[in-house]
Amino acid sequence: MKLSSLDRTLLLLTVLLASYQVSAGIDGFGTLPIIAYTIAFGVILVAALLIFILGMEVLDSPIVVIVSTIIPLSLSAGLVWQHLASYRILYLVFAIIGFLVVTVTRSIQMQNKLPVIVIAITHGIAGMTIFLLPILIAIQGQVKPLYSLVGVGGALIGVGGLLLSFLKTGKPILSRETILKLFPILLLLTTAFFVAGFKFG
Amino acid sequence: MPAQSSIPNNKLPITKKIAMFWSLTKPSQSGLLLATGLAGYMSARCPVFNISTILGLSISLFLSIAGSTLLNMWWDRDIDAKMGRTQKRVTSKGLVSDKEVLMVGVFISVIGIGWALAIDWLYGIVVFAGWFFDVVVYSMWLKRRTCWSIVWGGISGAMPILAGRVLGLGSIDWIGLMLALGVLLWIPTHTLTFSMKFQKDYADAGVPTFPSTYGLDVTRFTIAFSSVLAAAAMVAAGVGIGMDWGFLRLLGVLSAGLLMLAAAMTFKPTERVNFGLFKYASVYMLAAMILVVLEVI
Repeated sequence: MKLSSLDRTLLLLTVLLASYQVSAGIDGFGTLPIIAYTIAFGVILVAALLIFILGMEVLDSPIVVIVSTIIPLSLSAGLVWQHLASYRILYLVFAIIGFLVVTVTRSIQMQNKLPVIVIAITHGIAGMTIFLLPILIAIQGQVKPLYSLVGVGGALIGVGGLLLSFLKTGKPILSRETILKLFPILLLLTTAFFVAGFKFG
Repeated sequence: MPAQSSIPNNKLPITKKIAMFWSLTKPSQSGLLLATGLAGYMSARCPVFNISTILGLSISLFLSIAGSTLLNMWWDRDIDAKMGRTQKRVTSKGLVSDKEVLMVGVFISVIGIGWALAIDWLYGIVVFAGWFFDVVVYSMWLKRRTCWSIVWGGISGAMPILAGRVLGLGSIDWIGLMLALGVLLWIPTHTLTFSMKFQKDYADAGVPTFPSTYGLDVTRFTIAFSSVLAAAAMVAAGVGIGMDWGFLRLLGVLSAGLLMLAAAMTFKPTERVNFGLFKYASVYMLAAMILVVLEVI
């Protein structure tokens, strides 16, 4: 599927926003959140750049499932480390093990449903953490209300992940063309909400 | 035998002729090399908004690069005419005379290098070195003899960034050499990808290339390896310049993307990955230059 000028513009804006976040948006955080957010926004940046260069066909690669797991896991690990001090190590261990298990189950040919179950659990926990945690701590007044925008970004990336996952399993919610058409705007909005949430929250 | 134009070249309107010579200077490539020169100059953290120096640097460097490119076109006109990729060049089609290309190439090279020497002798020597490696060593001496000629072409391509830094600093330092090394190691990503894509063209023209000498696997590995080293050199230069941690993080992320593509190129090579690395490496180098400039501004 050929990228339109609008797609290219949206992807370029995503690249710029993610670049901003990596270079300036996470200054002043602790070491681990900086590493976690750098990985998350770095993956978004490189992914948007590769789609810009190579087209949407990049998303057909089997490695996409593994790479797309990195974003929610590292983002949620950063959030937990910053805001849920008592769960830091536990969540970090979950994130690392989750990533390794996803990588292994996606690299080996398996006939059973284990790879899908692993993806569902890993994405489910990480996604809910990114969606709920910023909103809850914003409601509790621990952070500024606009921090909840990070949660909105989490919801959007969850929608994107669901659309792609169902497409990969052969039971798409929307047609492939529609999903690929929506993807650049979804990626941009996700990144924009994350960046805005961190900046103004 | 070059195809002849229906209009004799001495009857062409001057604007058309200028446009033809402009295309022979490979504006995008010359512009990118000029950008590296400006980034090298700014990396020295000298007063970067000195308009007369910036103008002098830009014009002298662009003329030297354009002059050497024109002389390459003049020297390689016979092999360009045999290769599908270059057959449409105005030199191959006989739209400009060989003598004109030679004269214009020599003229603007002399102006460019002379101007560079007048601005600063060390800067001028580095600019001249770039011109000499490109025209004499790469094109005239080695290009038709060995596939290793690209190393010398690479050294020539690395001179603008070194020249810029030398002009800003007044001397050659390790950071300048590291920046130059970054560009030198980045160039094979371009040239070797081209030599794989247009392997038959080069074979028809009798130009030895890495793919024809060592095979595709070695060529792919060389591209991947040089990309990794280019990224390492740019990060080292960034640290040496004293780049802000945020910019270093960004450079690290972009480098990781380059390493990932290099690994894919080595272990799961496809035409698409090859093209992706080729394009990504250009974006990487441009981004690295922008970061160097932003760091100073």
